[in-house]
Amino acid sequence: MIAESMYQELILEHYKHPQGRGLRDPYDAEVHHVNPTCGDEITLRVKLGDGGKVEDVSYDGQGCSISQAAASVLHELTAGSTVDETLAVVEEFTRLMQSRGQVEADEDVLGDAVAFAGVAKFPARVKCALLAWMAYKDAVVRSST
Amino acid sequence: MNTGFDVERIRKDFPVLSRELPGGRPLVYLDSGNSAQKPTQVIDVMREHLAMHYSNVGRAMHALGAESTEAYENARDKVAAFIGAPSRDEVVFTKNASEALNLVAYGFGNPTNDDPRFRLGPGDEIVISEMEHHSNIVPWQLLAQRTGATLKWFSVTDEGRLDLSNLEELVTERTKIVSIVHQSNVLGTVNPVAEVLARVRQVGALMMLDASQSVPHQQVDVAALGVDFLAFTGHKVVGPSGIGVLWGRGELLEAMPPFMGGGEMIEAVWMDHSTYAPAPHKFEAGTPPIVEAIGLGAAVDYLSAIGMDAIVQHERELTGYALGALGEVPGLRVIGPESLDRRGGTVSFTLEGIHPHDVGQILDDNFGVAVRVGHHCARPLHLRFGIPATTRASFYLYNTPAEIDALVRGLHHVQKVFA
Repeated sequence: MIAESMYQELILEHYKHPQGRGLRDPYDAEVHHVNPTCGDEITLRVKLGDGGKVEDVSYDGQGCSISQAAASVLHELTAGSTVDETLAVVEEFTRLMQSRGQVEADEDVLGDAVAFAGVAKFPARVKCALLAWMAYKDAVVRSST
Repeated sequence: MNTGFDVERIRKDFPVLSRELPGGRPLVYLDSGNSAQKPTQVIDVMREHLAMHYSNVGRAMHALGAESTEAYENARDKVAAFIGAPSRDEVVFTKNASEALNLVAYGFGNPTNDDPRFRLGPGDEIVISEMEHHSNIVPWQLLAQRTGATLKWFSVTDEGRLDLSNLEELVTERTKIVSIVHQSNVLGTVNPVAEVLARVRQVGALMMLDASQSVPHQQVDVAALGVDFLAFTGHKVVGPSGIGVLWGRGELLEAMPPFMGGGEMIEAVWMDHSTYAPAPHKFEAGTPPIVEAIGLGAAVDYLSAIGMDAIVQHERELTGYALGALGEVPGLRVIGPESLDRRGGTVSFTLEGIHPHDVGQILDDNFGVAVRVGHHCARPLHLRFGIPATTRASFYLYNTPAEIDALVRGLHHVQKVFA
């Protein structure tokens, strides 16, 4: 079935064992995003370092497996990268999610986030996958101003 | 059963129940609390009216106008009889239950309404409950904001009952209106109207019922209930969407200001003022949902022919079966009464460690089981139970124990995926 393919092993793994979960200090910006249609929510903090490096992305929230796993994957992908690199991944991830399943995922750019490709076929769940990533984008903008 | 109730025969009245979903899945529709499916009897009446009798109502002076008006007003008679309204003029057609609730809220604290029962300002109180649908919360919040009145509410017990232990402190001489749900859309709880109403009468306030989940599932008689206003919606009583009903006591409707201005709600119009038609037309500005009202008339005919008592009995058996079967799923917690006492066929639950959206997705995609997941437009109630969302199965006259078995099989599979 299609939904089975959405619940990739990697997504379930991140859902059961979220990486980097919990809010940490210090941080440059904190944002709180909600998905009013389903009540999923996330509080996310960003700490930037020298040379545009992302030092830490910490988060806490509640929601379905897709939204929670997406936050965990985001945490892994951002650690040690520069802001610019991560924003390029956010952009590719957003493009994939909004493609309604019509776009081939670029695994080189997305890494583990490619596991979410199946979510794009479920319009109702796209917002779940994007919640943490949009919160991250927002937090980065706020921490650099 | 000796009621002559034959669920297999009833299922044949609902064309959608025999369709297949993509991938060859059968449809297991357990989301009637959200919206009910439609029988051929309703679909045919609507199609026939659209095809052969359609024209505007009330204002067209020709044969079709007369036929359309007659059918529309006949629908009002049918609805009035269905809910035991003392007068057909007490039945106002609205767009939905939300509009009916907003219409009543609009009558309070309104400068154009000098009836003391509707006077509302700082120091006056509105009472609702924690188990309300947003449509019976937000209109009263807006009213409180407009007028400076205070909004208060009954809390909900752990079992999912209205907590009436502080009834006398909550409903006082300052209370102008108490508006509560008749049957909860999440818990299934049927509220003790008489007990609340007795206190409401003692303090001289008015009482409204949100009957969106009760009118489809039990014999609701407004005269027997004794309340002042009652709202429900067409699409949950096997009728179409786009049509709702406000029933109100005639003398109260008379005192209330129109909610919307427009065609057909007037008596006479001058450039600087207007006089209004008597109720119900005073509250039906503009071309109404004509075919939808006629469809609602056909829907209540359909339910009456089967008999609300037989429907109640059928749903009771289904609910008992569901509570038993769901109770055996490990990690499943029912939110709401776990016995059949004063409850209807709506069962909401959580599955430990698995979010309802994941539950709903797998139930739908693997088994064709349609349930509702989320907060069901009752966020404060979910906050009260400390949960963000629930999975809700809601039953109607066309559901079968086999469909509940399918739900339970699906839940076991969900648990396997997330194990």
